Amino acid sequence: MSFSAGVRRQGIIRGRSWPIHVLLVLVTLAIGFPLVYAALISTQGNPDIFAFKLTPGDKLAQHFDDVWVGRNLGRSMWNSTVQSVLITVAKTILSLAAGLAFVYFRFRGKWLVFFFVLVTLMMPTEVMILALFRLVSSLGWQNTMTALVVPFAASATGAFLFRQHFSNLPSELAEAAQVDGASPIQFLTKILIPVSWNAIGALAVIQFVYGWNMYLWPVLIISDQKNQVIQVALQNLQGIDVGLTYGPLMLAALLASIPPAIIFILLQKQFMSGFSIGADK
Amino acid sequence: MTLFIALLVGAGAGAYGFRNALRLRPQLRYLAGAAFGVLGAAVVSGATKGCAYGTDVDSIQNVIGVAIAGAAGLAAATAASSTKAARGAEIAKQRSELRTGTYRLGWWWPWLLLLPTLIILVVFLYIPAVQTFTLSTRLVRLGAPNTIDVCLSHFTELLVPNPWMVVVLPSLSVAVIWGLGMWKQRALVGSASYNLATTLQPLGVMALLTALYFMFSGGTNGYRSIYLNTVVISAGTVLGGMVFGLAIAYLAFQKVRGIGVYRTLLIWPYAVSAPVAGILFFMMFDPTAGVIQHLFDGFGISFPNYRESVSLARFTVIAASVWKVLGYNILFYLAGLQNVPIEQVEASVLDGASAWQRFRYIVTPALGPITFFLLITNLTYAFFDIYGTIDYLTRGAPAGATSVAIYEIIRVGVDNRDIGRGAAQSVLLFLAVIGLTIWQFRRSEDRITYGGVG
Repeated sequence: MSFSAGVRRQGIIRGRSWPIHVLLVLVTLAIGFPLVYAALISTQGNPDIFAFKLTPGDKLAQHFDDVWVGRNLGRSMWNSTVQSVLITVAKTILSLAAGLAFVYFRFRGKWLVFFFVLVTLMMPTEVMILALFRLVSSLGWQNTMTALVVPFAASATGAFLFRQHFSNLPSELAEAAQVDGASPIQFLTKILIPVSWNAIGALAVIQFVYGWNMYLWPVLIISDQKNQVIQVALQNLQGIDVGLTYGPLMLAALLASIPPAIIFILLQKQFMSGFSIGADK
Repeated sequence: MTLFIALLVGAGAGAYGFRNALRLRPQLRYLAGAAFGVLGAAVVSGATKGCAYGTDVDSIQNVIGVAIAGAAGLAAATAASSTKAARGAEIAKQRSELRTGTYRLGWWWPWLLLLPTLIILVVFLYIPAVQTFTLSTRLVRLGAPNTIDVCLSHFTELLVPNPWMVVVLPSLSVAVIWGLGMWKQRALVGSASYNLATTLQPLGVMALLTALYFMFSGGTNGYRSIYLNTVVISAGTVLGGMVFGLAIAYLAFQKVRGIGVYRTLLIWPYAVSAPVAGILFFMMFDPTAGVIQHLFDGFGISFPNYRESVSLARFTVIAASVWKVLGYNILFYLAGLQNVPIEQVEASVLDGASAWQRFRYIVTPALGPITFFLLITNLTYAFFDIYGTIDYLTRGAPAGATSVAIYEIIRVGVDNRDIGRGAAQSVLLFLAVIGLTIWQFRRSEDRITYGGVG
């Protein structure tokens, strides 16, 4: 089940196609409007904004300088990048290992481990955020990358995604690997990972976007500006009391959205086909 | 005395929880259930040292204490009776999946692979989860090492001071839900009575929501206002997100030139974060420089300041959240539309059905499972991720009208440094999540059993 299959099918609405084009263009514009508007504002100085000019201003370079050099936004973007990449890599590796254990091994108490992991799906971090904050603070991890990564390094969703994916693979793969004397790790790296790129890509998009967009946890655990992530660092530009700087704020918000958008566009195909695995089950 | 009632309620709840353990004879079944129920109630009572049962505390604490004991009894018995069944089912499933390709190495191999995952789940999910419950019964200041046991008083603060309301209201709503369920079960499928029962199903949810509204304490500092904010903003986000999501996905499912480009352009807000959504709407609705203000000025209409108007502030938060979840909903509805039986669509075209009739009677039913999945994920978004949007857009203003449950937890627990009270509010949110999960689980079970397909 992929999108190309859907495209080959007939649509459900019949008739001329131009009304559909008109509607689609309108909807696309409506959804895109907040970003287009932000892009416009990011080029204008406050006088232009108050005068409600619809033409781009000439302040973009100045705003960029203000945000990137003055506010050191690059530093926060780097912190967010490190955090998101580490979370994505850790979750992918741990989920692959868990999927391997669930599908290619028989052991006592497997069902218990399975339920133990399953139950965590109904335990969102946010409902226990105060206790987690207290726990992680008592470990002395405040203001560290460790605090931003380690608590989120495991993923029940990922473990189940790979469990599902592996059990749909033909068992001849594992048999052949065993006949050839491959260890489980070799089996994973030489066979399972190469045939699982779609699932890995889908999980990577979800986890990278999840890490990059994380907000509440860094608000609590990071107080030092130089260790702060981008989503929270944007607060510095919103200082209402020091006189609003709309242009730099919009520019920073747009810059903060570029990395997840790139990841999303690059891995869009894997993301969609990976999702249809889940939807098919 | 109250302890005795608590254990009795626990026994009753336990017997109820064991009613489906069909392997035992009825008397033995209820006896075993009651035993598990008493055990569950006793464990909870012991853990709290029976603090809620004394005559020196509010009668409302007694009531909640008994209710907790009952819940513990039910949980213990349900766990005991379903663990065995679940274990059997899971092992049978694993047998059926048994492949010749399983590894036969040392017993420690799978454990080694699972160990990192298990350690992280225990340390950063299970332990904080348990601590949330213990912290909620204590007076804890952020950063201070000493704590004081306050039993359930953090919870009674959140409720109306009338114990009868706390007992009667939820019982009434449960009765409504149960009654409607029975009605539907008894009615003949397809009959007028059945259709009416199906139409009335949402009444059960509304009864529960109303009962909760009157259970939470009113007044300016009461929890009722937070509850109302949460319900209004979550409902607005979920309804708006799903209705627009489906409509747009339906449009983007049509076979026209360049549809792939349209789809990419429609889906990408998924990558934008909740805080950035807040910032973008902060700009658009800004009372001095925003585009909305300028537009209304252009028409000579004075537009109220969203940071001062209660309904407009809530609307703005909802609008930003709907915009943010749209991409995700469109994505999943597009995937779901692939499952619409195309033969039926072709046949209905020949029969002369209108586009709306096709949508209403063929497309909508086929999207049921996806809609339910999106309901749960959008609710999760509206409960938790919305924090970032609110923090940039309104900061809970005006006068706390956009302060939802998660926002209030942080305000109380971190800003006011009152972790115990924040934890008590977290427990309420936790219960809501558990309730939703059980609902989701039961619904998917129903579908598998009665729908034939999962």
